[in-house]
Amino acid sequence: MSVLPKQAVKAPSPPPARPAPPGHYLEVKNLSVHYGETQALFEVSFGTEKNTVLALIGPSGCGKSTLIKAVNRILELTPGARIDGDVLIEDESIFGQKVDLISLRQRVGMVFQRPNPFPKSIYDNVAYGLRIHGVKDRSTVDDVVEWALKHSALWDEVKDRLRTSALELSGGQQQRLCIARALAVQPDVLLMDEPCSALDPIATGKIEELIMSLKQDYTILVVTHNMQQAARVSDHTALMWLGKLIEHNRTEEVFTNPKEKITEDYITGRSG
Amino acid sequence: MSQEPESKPPGEPAAKRDELPSGREGHTPDFSPAEVQRRLRHPVSFFRRTREHLIEGGVFLCGVASILAISLIFIFLFREGLQALRMVDTPLDFVYSMGVQLEYDAGIDDVVAVGEAPQLAWQPVSEEPKLSMIPLMWGSLGVALLASLLSTLAGIGVGIFLSELASPRLRGVVKPMLELLVGIPTVVIGFVMLAIVAQPLRQVAEAIGLSGVYGSTYNMFVGAVGVSIVIIPVIGSLVDDALRAVPDDLRAASLGVGATRWQTTWRVVLPTGVSGVFGAVILGFGRALGETMIVLMCAGNAAQITGNPFDSVRTMTAAIASEMGAAQVGGVHAQTLFLVGAILITITFLLNLTMELVVNRFRRKIRL
Amino acid sequence: MTDEARQSIETARRKVTGKTKAPLWAVLFESLVRGITGAVILVLFFLMGTILVRGGGQITPEFLLQAPRDGMTAGGIFPAIMGTFFVVLFMIVMALPLGVFGAVYMVEYSKGGIMSRIIRAAVNNLAGVPSIVFGLFGLGFFVLFVGRNLDHHIYGVPRTAEEVQAVQAEMAPLQAEAREEAINLADERGITDPAELDAFVEAYVEEQTPPVPRTVFGQGAMFWAAATLAILVLPFIIVATEEALRAVPPSTREAAYGLGATRWQVISTVVLPQAKPGILTGAILAVARGAGELAPILFVGVTFFTPGLPLTEPVNFGLFSVPVVNPFEEFMHLNYHIYTMATQHHDPIGTRGIQFGTTLVLVALTFVMNLMAIVLRRRYSKKS
Repeated sequence: MSVLPKQAVKAPSPPPARPAPPGHYLEVKNLSVHYGETQALFEVSFGTEKNTVLALIGPSGCGKSTLIKAVNRILELTPGARIDGDVLIEDESIFGQKVDLISLRQRVGMVFQRPNPFPKSIYDNVAYGLRIHGVKDRSTVDDVVEWALKHSALWDEVKDRLRTSALELSGGQQQRLCIARALAVQPDVLLMDEPCSALDPIATGKIEELIMSLKQDYTILVVTHNMQQAARVSDHTALMWLGKLIEHNRTEEVFTNPKEKITEDYITGRSG
Repeated sequence: MSQEPESKPPGEPAAKRDELPSGREGHTPDFSPAEVQRRLRHPVSFFRRTREHLIEGGVFLCGVASILAISLIFIFLFREGLQALRMVDTPLDFVYSMGVQLEYDAGIDDVVAVGEAPQLAWQPVSEEPKLSMIPLMWGSLGVALLASLLSTLAGIGVGIFLSELASPRLRGVVKPMLELLVGIPTVVIGFVMLAIVAQPLRQVAEAIGLSGVYGSTYNMFVGAVGVSIVIIPVIGSLVDDALRAVPDDLRAASLGVGATRWQTTWRVVLPTGVSGVFGAVILGFGRALGETMIVLMCAGNAAQITGNPFDSVRTMTAAIASEMGAAQVGGVHAQTLFLVGAILITITFLLNLTMELVVNRFRRKIRL
Repeated sequence: MTDEARQSIETARRKVTGKTKAPLWAVLFESLVRGITGAVILVLFFLMGTILVRGGGQITPEFLLQAPRDGMTAGGIFPAIMGTFFVVLFMIVMALPLGVFGAVYMVEYSKGGIMSRIIRAAVNNLAGVPSIVFGLFGLGFFVLFVGRNLDHHIYGVPRTAEEVQAVQAEMAPLQAEAREEAINLADERGITDPAELDAFVEAYVEEQTPPVPRTVFGQGAMFWAAATLAILVLPFIIVATEEALRAVPPSTREAAYGLGATRWQVISTVVLPQAKPGILTGAILAVARGAGELAPILFVGVTFFTPGLPLTEPVNFGLFSVPVVNPFEEFMHLNYHIYTMATQHHDPIGTRGIQFGTTLVLVALTFVMNLMAIVLRRRYSKKS
């Protein structure tokens, strides 16, 4: 697989003016979430570095989706959800007073479990994020749409029908469109909530390839219940169990040399 | 992925030119993501924030509008209606009034006054206005009960048909027809009853030997039949909804132990959906009580207390509709009509409340 | 296996597979239920058929395009058609934004909070209010309260008996003075005939004293009727919109929020466009409903006869100037026309033709709108 000539597309980020921050690029600190009376997350803490893929694995209902939804604060849309603890991106809390929810969500893009394109044209789907943020001049929007679609490996399949409805695409194409839509607003972090759970194996393969290529430019958190997928795409893996973080390590370590009994049982299929 | 995005097959972009709105060919975009990022990552402007707040405020006001409307309705009806209480000596004037009691004296072969007796009469425009609301309430109750009786039976039948008997196809035809029936303006139903149905109905009644009791061509019964036409589809539709809300596994369970379709409907579906059906009936009763034009046009509009369903009656709604236009605003008659309206809305409010409670119970039961 | 056992198994099997003959009462009951439903449908056809047959012959261009004449025994119903059209138009213009955004508040902002529960209770109760009560409310609130107060504050029209007295007290000296002047003037001019003198004095007094304030808003008017009807249909629009909004999958909302859209952007660019067909269906039903009601507007502006549509003085639009509909006048209405012609005309039997013709026009209007809504909803629900 040839990697996209990203450097030509995205200018290499200028070297940081200040020295690399002391903490992790993205850090979750003692994060707890309650839905009404029930607690879904218990004091979860971990960190992840820039341009890596972190896979969150675990059985259904273990809180992994809740966790990543907290990272761009979309969890707050769920009535009754209460968040304690903190999430830092480049040492800045996303829950800080000054943080603007709109900018945060722009910076931390999200791809959902089921492809959820808007019932608009392919073009309008990708352009949506730009337009709502006030970028409306045609040539820029055109450029970004094309760039995002290429970046999500969908361009060649749709370039001749950008005006047709996004709902006419196949499930896998729709999911890549959703990725393109998220990329178009130029995020730093990409959250993916089981992006392949509704897709067939071929489409899944394409998305996985895409994830691996995207990590050059983005910091990715991907939730999956598919351990093979975690093993294939991620640099680090974290196992969640009943709302708690059980083990977090380099992916090879987790899969070849798990420290915890639960992890071992889970990855060998004895539980979960 | 395996394809380099820049290496476009030549000669193909003709179609694509239409696709990209700016009409440029699909070259590698020569934009800088950093620049786009800079344009996107501006702090949310004061203008946008303010606009968001203004819109939220406006939307909130629209949300409050219905609360405001129902409150104002109650306030203004009672405000006007309670003035009537101040205009009469005692609130009992709205129950009965003293009138000359006449008695037949055989000696002189004429009626003579023998004293005063309480009378239940609604004669608001006579010399001495008699404002007893009892005849109006009697009329309203009579029409509503009669109409409810007719339309409950028929409505439940229609509901059972739709939910238990009809094929999806037939249902898809019948249900819209019921909606069309509900959509017919009540004036039209009142008019057709008045112009076409009432007279033949009388002839039929006389033919079957009811001429002795068939008091007036326009009477409580004709009014109730007219009201039923409006209410049957409403009850039918609601009963259908209630019965369809009964989980299918209950039906399957019943059929599975060997019950026939009718045993299932009768012993399982109806008892489970009974509170929903009950809610539908209460709603129908409320509608019948509030129906105006049909009873105004076909029930004879004579304010009297009668036990005969074939006599004319005037309902509370008909009294308001027919008398308000001529009543002097601010006078005791007009204010009394407002009071009648206030009583009417209180009754329907209580009925709604009852229905809400019943239907909530039904929902809880279904969830079990 | 004994014969007995075989027999009982056979019976059980037949029962389970439903091949037993239904008992008589079940058959009767089933046919009763079918019969009732058939009868109800027949009623619909009977109503439609009668109206079509009796009213059909009445529909001529003259009937549709002219005003009634000859004591309402001839001519057409044009003012009533236009009156109905405009009152419903004003109604939906008022009710639609209120209803749609009211529902938006419940579904998108309050989200099952205490406010949305209160609103729901209000909407349910509003839907249950008898239509004649809306009529009383329209009269008591819009005409007597809002209208009279507007008149009072803008034109100085007295509202209460005391104010009427005050105005009269103010006018009395002026009138007396003018009268005296008039008598002197008449003397000078040599008017002696008592009748002539009276007329002269009256005319002079009227000319010299300030005009008596005229009621503008404090009377039945199309605008108040439309406002009353708007409240009547508000719950229907809210419920329809609410359903349409809830049918928009939460995932699309999440997608938009995830891209950093503000709440209003999510609503205006994603939610409302998707809910549009449902809202439209609700609006059409509301219009049909509004056009079919008479009781709410009975005291708020409908009238037996106007020669045409109430119009204002020509309004200048730059290139041309045309009169526009004056919403502060009384108006004719199809429903009221049917009602009064059938019950209050001096010859209700002789004008049955006009009554059926009017009924046909009204039924056709509401029927078409209801049908549109049904078709639209069906297409919409099939799609999603």
